[in-house]
Amino acid sequence: MQRDRPSPRTHIRAFRLNGRAREILVADSELLLDTLREALGLTGTKQGCDGGECGACTVLIDGRPRLACLTRTEECAGHDVETIEGLAENGRMSRLQRAFHERLGTQCGYCTPGMIIAAEGLLRRDPAPDETAIRAALAGNLCRCTGYVKIIEAVQEAARGAP
Amino acid sequence: MEIMPRFDVLRPTSVAAAIDDSRRCQASRFVAGGTDLMVNLRHGLGTPETLIDLRHIPELREISAGESGIAIGAAVTLADLAANPEIRQRYPAIVAAACAVGAPAHREAGTIGGNLCLDTRCLFYNRSAWWREANDFCLKHQGETCHVAPTGKRCHAAFSGDLAPALLIHDAEIEIAGAAGPRRVPLADLYAEDGAAHLRLARGEFLVRIHLPADPWPAAYAKARTRGAIDFPLAGVAVALRAEAGKVTGLRVALTGTNARPFLLTGIEALENACIDAAWLDRLAKLVQKQVSPMRTTLLAAQYRRRVASALAQRLARALGGMVTENSTAA
Repeated sequence: MQRDRPSPRTHIRAFRLNGRAREILVADSELLLDTLREALGLTGTKQGCDGGECGACTVLIDGRPRLACLTRTEECAGHDVETIEGLAENGRMSRLQRAFHERLGTQCGYCTPGMIIAAEGLLRRDPAPDETAIRAALAGNLCRCTGYVKIIEAVQEAARGAP
Repeated sequence: MEIMPRFDVLRPTSVAAAIDDSRRCQASRFVAGGTDLMVNLRHGLGTPETLIDLRHIPELREISAGESGIAIGAAVTLADLAANPEIRQRYPAIVAAACAVGAPAHREAGTIGGNLCLDTRCLFYNRSAWWREANDFCLKHQGETCHVAPTGKRCHAAFSGDLAPALLIHDAEIEIAGAAGPRRVPLADLYAEDGAAHLRLARGEFLVRIHLPADPWPAAYAKARTRGAIDFPLAGVAVALRAEAGKVTGLRVALTGTNARPFLLTGIEALENACIDAAWLDRLAKLVQKQVSPMRTTLLAAQYRRRVASALAQRLARALGGMVTENSTAA
């Protein structure tokens, strides 16, 4: 069925990635998840269902949660992309990351980057969310280990420590 | 893992440029948030050479409120729609429907126009290419037989957008742009009862704006689904109900997830100018069950979806009519 077609053009796309300006040569059809993991070596963003159903690949674009498996890299041109690798401060875990560590909000760890990024997006909008708001913000992130209770507690812990 | 087919993306910044791009690129498709399209393309459902991204057209991203109502640009994201103060104040059913789509990350990308033009869904369609080939392709794409109703002549894939019913109950109108010029039609006219061709849009036509009247009736939306988030409706129901002195003076009910198109219940006038009591709710349920036609397009039984649709309609009507409900938690 697939017809032969001229190979698509690639373009230089400029965007900010974890606070640093980046320029990268990509095809329009390339997904952000593949660019992050394959071209840029940022494997913290996990590849889960590849269909927008699990949240493992959640990243922040302009501070809002987006799924890297449904987002084309070309869409990010001119925008601010943040991944789990961008949260550590001077080589130390962020407050939210520490809370996941200390409150046992992570077990096998596969969902954790997406979970933390989704929670980070929430805490930036709402530094003191109630449990309902936390559950709503994390509704798109599947975890098969923890049963979510420890994850909610970790986000609450991080929120309590907010200045 | 499935490989994304290669395509180019055009980013027109005006309606005229988008029409022009579509005319030049015959093997093109429009895209906005892409939350459904990207998954389908990876499944081999369509191989466009070019995607035309409509989100760079400023007028498609605006919400403007005036005396005659509200106009919503088709590329307004569901997150922005649900957060808009004007919409929150006047159209709670639309906010509920927008918040019922996917999860927060989908709503940051997905748009109202994309949700209205959402492809229909089916057990036999939303599958990987190898699954569909192994099962023999279906009528909707590449095949000749509908696996849901093999003796039938048409595709029964279900329309599964949440926004359409919440807009239909308010008599929304849509503005369409295309090579043949702009047109404005009732939203109901966008849809046809055919899962393989459910949108009445000519090639190159796309949604520009959705218009809502200024004084909507009180309304609500609820959906039944398997998962609490990131799930399409097994049945979705929107109800607008105006009551005076305990009597229903106006009623509109619209459904999604049960048919190849979202639709307004007909014959609803028979339920107006009456009090909401057990007999009235029974008549409402019968009317819903008569007009929905769920097929085996989801994992859950069609009969369950028929019954849950009528139960949701009853629950919303009771709540809007101010009746005390014994079980008012949303599905």
